[in-house]
Amino acid sequence: MKLSPALLTLLLALILAVIAFLSLFIGAADLGAGDILAALAGHAKETTEIIVVELRLPRMVMGILAGATLGLSGAALQGLLRNPLADPGIIGVSSTAGLGAVMAIYFGLSSVFPLSIQIMSMGGAIFATLILSFISSRDSSVLTLILAGIGISSLATAAIALTMNFAPNPMSLQDMIMWLMGSLDNRTLNDILLAGPFILGGWLIMRGVGQGLEACSLGEDTARTLGIDLKRLRMKVILGSAISVGATVSVCGAIGFVGLVVPHMVRSLIGYAPGRLLLPSALLGAILLTLADLVTRIPLGHGQLRLGVVTAFIGSPLFLYIIYQTRKAMR
Amino acid sequence: MTLEARDIHVSVREQAILKGVSLTVPKGQLVGLIGPNGAGKSSLLRTILGLMDRQSGKILLGGEDLSDWTINQRARKISYAAQGAPVHWPLDVRHIISLGRIPWLDPWQKISEADRQLVDQAMVRTDSLHLADRLVTTLSGGERACVMLARAIVSGADYLCADEPIASLDPYHQLQVMDILRSLAREGHGVLIVLHDLALAGGYCDKLVLMHQGRIVNSGSVEDVLTPENLDRAYHIKARQKGEKTGPFLSPWQRSGKPRHET
Repeated sequence: MKLSPALLTLLLALILAVIAFLSLFIGAADLGAGDILAALAGHAKETTEIIVVELRLPRMVMGILAGATLGLSGAALQGLLRNPLADPGIIGVSSTAGLGAVMAIYFGLSSVFPLSIQIMSMGGAIFATLILSFISSRDSSVLTLILAGIGISSLATAAIALTMNFAPNPMSLQDMIMWLMGSLDNRTLNDILLAGPFILGGWLIMRGVGQGLEACSLGEDTARTLGIDLKRLRMKVILGSAISVGATVSVCGAIGFVGLVVPHMVRSLIGYAPGRLLLPSALLGAILLTLADLVTRIPLGHGQLRLGVVTAFIGSPLFLYIIYQTRKAMR
Repeated sequence: MTLEARDIHVSVREQAILKGVSLTVPKGQLVGLIGPNGAGKSSLLRTILGLMDRQSGKILLGGEDLSDWTINQRARKISYAAQGAPVHWPLDVRHIISLGRIPWLDPWQKISEADRQLVDQAMVRTDSLHLADRLVTTLSGGERACVMLARAIVSGADYLCADEPIASLDPYHQLQVMDILRSLAREGHGVLIVLHDLALAGGYCDKLVLMHQGRIVNSGSVEDVLTPENLDRAYHIKARQKGEKTGPFLSPWQRSGKPRHET
């Protein structure tokens, strides 16, 4: 089945709107559509308004921002690296952002100043981004970038393990593990104000890369003879995803699989063109993450489902199914 | 108007690959770049296209130094059919060929109706219109070569550089690709191709440039270049030339018809 990119985009946008609205309904407190609308308009009871505007709305917005970021950068990185296995994790930013968060918990900063996790985590992401931009400014090959990303990622993962190994007490170890599994719980307007500008900034950096990614499907040499400035294209995709993904991870924790899976779900629908993939992937990423966040709200006896776990559980079987379906075309 | 490389020196990791190479590709001519493996043919082509850094020398187009041009300006003047012509996603043929119009589009611009017509024309010209909706992964080697050639000529550039466009094709498609390249030259394009098939090089090219170990051994008309002395010097081979009778001899020479496309 092949859809026109415009139709697919419209369809996904509609689905996202429905699911986003749905996510305002579902939660511990039982609220009706009237309550929600009244709260959004600003004339509901105070408790209702707090639940909707200060708890559920930021959570919804953050979910959309995070999911769209992961879907968009997954699609852009797969196009740039011409590798269907690339995902935002491959450039190492997720791991260094995770390291920043774990360190904030380790040193007890998070109990003194709650936003310190996000800020330290953003610092980790920026650190990796600087290394990546240094490497890509030297006009090195895409392969060097991937390998550098894997190196950065392994180092950060080792440092995370080290930090957890020497965690001061079981409580902080549990905090670290929980944070690394990802969540949208209790995200407030402050989180959005902190991460939002970086996320939107990353998106802006990535704008207009579609045509370059299309050209790259014919190989880098041919892309250059089509007038594409590869160094600039690489810079835009790598920096744009590093900044937006770093900001996402700093607020939501590590959320696996969305960036990897979403482009595959869209690809065969739009005829495999890497440029047309971007917007639909962003929308589908937002849909998937918002859905996964709804699943985490299912009350369980003890403990709570974590977002990263749910996305992986939804994503992996879908991924296997899609790979099975498209294995012939990709050969 | 000519495309000219003047005294090109290229080294990669201290290893000299091109040692003072000059050549000209006039508009309206099909120029064949020949020589043994490792002679520097592909490097020369890539240097002319600005894909390889050079230590010294100039690339000129109509007398203008191409280093002063933007990458997009170059793309509008010189197109390139890469060796092996990789395609990294299972795209359909029409989409691949329309990518050749990118030099004329702004980053956000979609291809226009006029672009679409040019794509159709390129497909007709390379006899690949019947492949328009096929995925590139399902094409035979010969079909793929025609599609990639259409992708290169659809830009409408004055000059075309092709790196071994007929490697590993059957005789029919070799002749077909050479016919298309020659007709492009007849229409006034300057065409520079890297070739290994000396018989086809001799039969089709207006001019040959023979390279060996990073230098040009000889260039000029087919008769001047494909001499026994030159072949011995560059390739270390002896070739049977026209008129010599030494056993069975067969060399595909002309297409005798068109294969029917089953649709």
